[in-house]
Amino acid sequence: MKSASIRFLMQAVMAGAALFLIAPLIVIAAVSLSPSPVFDLPTGGASLRWYGAVASLDSFWPALTLSLEIALLSTTISLVVGTFAGIAIARRAMPGAQILAASLTSPLMMPGLVLGIALLQYFRALGVTQTWPELLLAPVVVTLPFVARTMIAGLSRFDFALLDAARTLGCDFSSSIYRVMVPALAPAYLTAALFSFLASMDNYPVSIFLTDARSKTLPIKMLQYIEESPDPSIAALSTLILIATLASSYRRPRDRPAPSRRTGGVKKQWVW
Amino acid sequence: MTRTSESLAPASPRQNLKMPMASAGLALALPAALVLIFLYAVPLAHLFARSFEGESGMSLAAYERILGDSYGRLLIWNSLGLGLVTTGLTLIIGYPAAFGLAFSKGALRSLFLASLFLPLAASVIVKAFAWSILLRSHGVVNETLMFLHLTNAPIRMIFTQVSLISGSANIFLPFMILPIYAVVAQIDPVLAEAAATLGASPVQAFLRVVVPLTLPGVVAGVALVFSLSVSAYVVPTLLMGENYPTLATAIAKAFLLTRDPALGSAAGAILVFIGLFVVVSSHRLGERSSGG
Repeated sequence: MKSASIRFLMQAVMAGAALFLIAPLIVIAAVSLSPSPVFDLPTGGASLRWYGAVASLDSFWPALTLSLEIALLSTTISLVVGTFAGIAIARRAMPGAQILAASLTSPLMMPGLVLGIALLQYFRALGVTQTWPELLLAPVVVTLPFVARTMIAGLSRFDFALLDAARTLGCDFSSSIYRVMVPALAPAYLTAALFSFLASMDNYPVSIFLTDARSKTLPIKMLQYIEESPDPSIAALSTLILIATLASSYRRPRDRPAPSRRTGGVKKQWVW
Repeated sequence: MTRTSESLAPASPRQNLKMPMASAGLALALPAALVLIFLYAVPLAHLFARSFEGESGMSLAAYERILGDSYGRLLIWNSLGLGLVTTGLTLIIGYPAAFGLAFSKGALRSLFLASLFLPLAASVIVKAFAWSILLRSHGVVNETLMFLHLTNAPIRMIFTQVSLISGSANIFLPFMILPIYAVVAQIDPVLAEAAATLGASPVQAFLRVVVPLTLPGVVAGVALVFSLSVSAYVVPTLLMGENYPTLATAIAKAFLLTRDPALGSAAGAILVFIGLFVVVSSHRLGERSSGG
């Protein structure tokens, strides 16, 4: 009885925390439906006009495209580099594996702003003046820790003997990787990619120092917009991003047999 | 179960493969090492070097301007204060919440996990702005307090430390709950039962068996939240503005407005010292708590 009530109490704390965490998101969604041009909770009726306004936020589209490009590319680079390093570390295949693992995750604890100014001065000292490569390379340092952490954890649970087994059963090396290792690591990849993508998309402190007047990333544009003329269109844009995130994390369970077409799909569930 | 391949064949063909294994391992680790060296270690070392630059050669002038000045010390104090209070508050909420999450099943658990992950998809900027709306004089929080008759007139919360700390806790709480949850979820409930069988009261079993097992998660969460909040820039800027200058806001100002890279680099170097201290001490504590 007693332990049951303690459990309930802790669940209540978690429920409170969940409400606390979701509150600003609810505000954002509510503001996006506001009929008035002020960034505030709607009073008297709802309207979808700000969703229409998103499309005409001309200055936002280049920023969104730039941020998406950077996030996709830096996530891809981090995934490849992080997986390779993860294999070396998880198999303890090299001297100093523990030191590499610790240094790979350490940028997480370094202030983003400091990384930003360090990279700015470094690129200037090297004579690099193009914004795009700078903006692309900087997030790699920020996203690599997320990927390394997830992939080391995922790979240390992966039984590499399965690869030998697959080859005994007639797979060549590449198909044993493709048919055994990739599916087994798919959840780790998905988590790593999602974290890394989001970390890159919302990276304000590092990229603020590397942008110029022509190429601004989405968070920089957003802060500028909020400080200058906060209208609900920015809430509409954020709500759309939230809905896209929800939709992309909603998928079929991976470890159940594939549904046969005649009996219909299995019940969907959240990846987390 | 996790290391079957190694435990079944302790020293057989692996031994002969040691040389090629080591070189293959190094080759696999090389790209990551290059990224770390050229995009992380060298730039930070360069920043250190810049922070010692004076009018004529090496100088500690920039550090003196921060450490020897009451405003400079206020910057450090404000940064540490924001970091420590945020970490304390998120730990107090996050520790029981992580257990609550681990005890939940099915739809409730999915809902809780979604509440932890989904906020990461919204920009910190927009979340901080939304948070300030909640705390306005006639915002939701004040209206609720007045409805409950806890206060008669609206309390001024926006641009105060209340808004700063609650907003900061709101943004960094997932980074406390998730590492602790990752550890709690792996604890075998049988252990607490075993402790009870051996005569421990539930409180004893919790304090002497469960809590020590969660320490690696606590260390990870504390290190992450502290290092994120001590150097936060968007949160103090949007929630307190000029009233709460921190090292992070001073860095941004030095580089973007006053063009004073030596001062900005020195403030950055101080933040890096704080960061390094967290990395090293959390590594030590993590090793001790998982080893002992």
